[in-house]
Amino acid sequence: MTGFRAFLAGFVDRNGLPVAIYLGVAVTIWVFLLVALPQLAMLDFSFRHNLPPSKMGGPEDVYTLEQYRYFFLGSEIGPEGWNALDIGVLVKTLIAAVAVTLIDLAICYPVAYLLAQSARGAAGRLMVLALIVPFWVNEILRAFAFRILFGATGVLNELGMSAGLWSAPIDFVGEDVALYAGLSYAYILLMIFPLYNAIESLDRNQIEAARDMGASILQVHRKVVIPYAKPGIASGSTMVFMLTAGALAAPQILGGPSNLWFTQIVYQWFNDGGNWPRGSAYAIVLLAVCIGFVMLMMRVFRVSIGAIGR
Amino acid sequence: MTKDITLDYVSVQFGDYVAVDGAHLTIQGGEFFSFLGPSGCGKTTLLRCISGFQEPTSGQIRIGGKDMRGIGPNKRPTALIFQNLALFPLMSVADNIAFPLEVRGVDRRTRRKRADELLELIALPGQGDKKPSELSGGQRQRVAIARALAVEPDILLLDEPLSALDLKLRQHMRRELRAIQKQVGLTFIYITHDQGEALTMSDRVAVMSRGRIEQVGDARAVYDQPRTAFVASFVGENNALPGRVISREAGVSTLDLGLPAPLRVATGAGPGAKLAPGAECLAFVRPEALRPCAPDATNAIPATVAREEFEGAQRHLVLDAAGRELRMTLVNDDRSAAFGPGSAIHVGFAPDMACALPPGEMASA
Repeated sequence: MTGFRAFLAGFVDRNGLPVAIYLGVAVTIWVFLLVALPQLAMLDFSFRHNLPPSKMGGPEDVYTLEQYRYFFLGSEIGPEGWNALDIGVLVKTLIAAVAVTLIDLAICYPVAYLLAQSARGAAGRLMVLALIVPFWVNEILRAFAFRILFGATGVLNELGMSAGLWSAPIDFVGEDVALYAGLSYAYILLMIFPLYNAIESLDRNQIEAARDMGASILQVHRKVVIPYAKPGIASGSTMVFMLTAGALAAPQILGGPSNLWFTQIVYQWFNDGGNWPRGSAYAIVLLAVCIGFVMLMMRVFRVSIGAIGR
Repeated sequence: MTKDITLDYVSVQFGDYVAVDGAHLTIQGGEFFSFLGPSGCGKTTLLRCISGFQEPTSGQIRIGGKDMRGIGPNKRPTALIFQNLALFPLMSVADNIAFPLEVRGVDRRTRRKRADELLELIALPGQGDKKPSELSGGQRQRVAIARALAVEPDILLLDEPLSALDLKLRQHMRRELRAIQKQVGLTFIYITHDQGEALTMSDRVAVMSRGRIEQVGDARAVYDQPRTAFVASFVGENNALPGRVISREAGVSTLDLGLPAPLRVATGAGPGAKLAPGAECLAFVRPEALRPCAPDATNAIPATVAREEFEGAQRHLVLDAAGRELRMTLVNDDRSAAFGPGSAIHVGFAPDMACALPPGEMASA
């Protein structure tokens, strides 16, 4: 506690009182009002029954595990085994998010490496800018553009068929090609920048030294570049994974008819179902599972949380 | 075992810029050979050519008689020590040293054994589990050498590896590098802009300027018998006196250097011997070759002491001789205590302690 007070005093000393007060208030608003309170409200909701407004706060409004029980065990009419449908969708969503993360990693690693190691100064900055500009197009527009690109009468099918590569239109949307492409593209920048930052600070001499000592290009990457870039890989992967697992617009627009994203179920409970407690419970389950999965991966790959912040 | 390195008119061009211009020499196996020159003279480019990171635009590099064109740095019998050492920060010292073995698929136990042997060699036994960041500058230096030696290369290439160290450590590492070279018997090719390093460690030195090799020879030859104005002005301190040849005898010329009396300067068989009477020339007299002398001695120059720079063991006197600035270095003993600023003296030098050369580009200070 004394350490904290010393820190506060030092902070006020360095920045002056007005700045210190502004930062203090801003951080408090941000952390409590915008981050903690909504989540706590959702958490609270998730432990309640779905009651009409008139009964809220009444004697029936008590805490319950009902919403979570429903997620795991299904229909309210007696236990009939697992809620295979919803759990299945959650697992499928996670697998798809992992796949999207891996696709982005595979695309971004070479690009980030080349960008960081060969483009310097103004050229490098221009190339980074060129990566950002396409993201000025908003997400919905981009998603619909992908639909047009991948649709049965879309650009890709037209091109492919006129080139004689295939004769009947391929159902890219139904096969989820459009969905994976859209999701991979949506969060690709969140992968490329942490990678770029990590690799950029790698001393080029280390790569040459490894080469000089007989390492093949592959070994240079495996033993020198990747270990060095690991924190960047971890933070990029975490962001892409989390955002993909929580994406709504792209699955809504680009997903095939048979493919349901877990966020769509959450959305349905909130919106169509009008069941906020259940929607909250589902959202909390998604959050908890994602955090758990990320923690597990960090342990498996021996990355500390501190390293990600670098 | 030891392999000669032959540079056969090696040139490197980057666009219009000629980084290395027709380098042509042979480095004997087992030799400690230095390339000495100011930054931008092309010495690092030449080193990168030998190590395989740069292909010459023209010419050939042969190691042990074998043409190296198209052979990558990982396939050459060379190991490069980088200016900043390029140790891998995330690996332990032992893993750093064993890295070349690791990429060759040597098993863990053999690697560890070899790393321990090399740690022994560089006098850091038992330090294998530390991270490079836990070592001192000199220790890291030695680890970089051990790592390069782990490949068992024929040739060790060193790119100004001592430049980041402080003076005392640098001098210590000079002796140490030389000792390691003698011990392992490898060819060392050393790049430096520090003439002290080049002269003290090397069997032979190549002085470079603007991509060209100006002179190749042992330390004494380069220092005592410079063949170009650049070498004379770059290696060590020198007083440069422009003038004209008055007359020429075998090995000695009489020069008008704008001083009250003409001076006699040795030309030996060097380029200065070709200068005919009337030709423009540059005479070089080392500060330590100048001595206080009697007014009627050979090459006596009347001068006044303008100021003194005191350096401990030596005193550097800046003299004004008929408007020309001369630097004289005296050993700081009790006899040299005189000659304070303002005193009028005569200084002279033996003809063979100076040299006359054709005019040419000089090293900028």
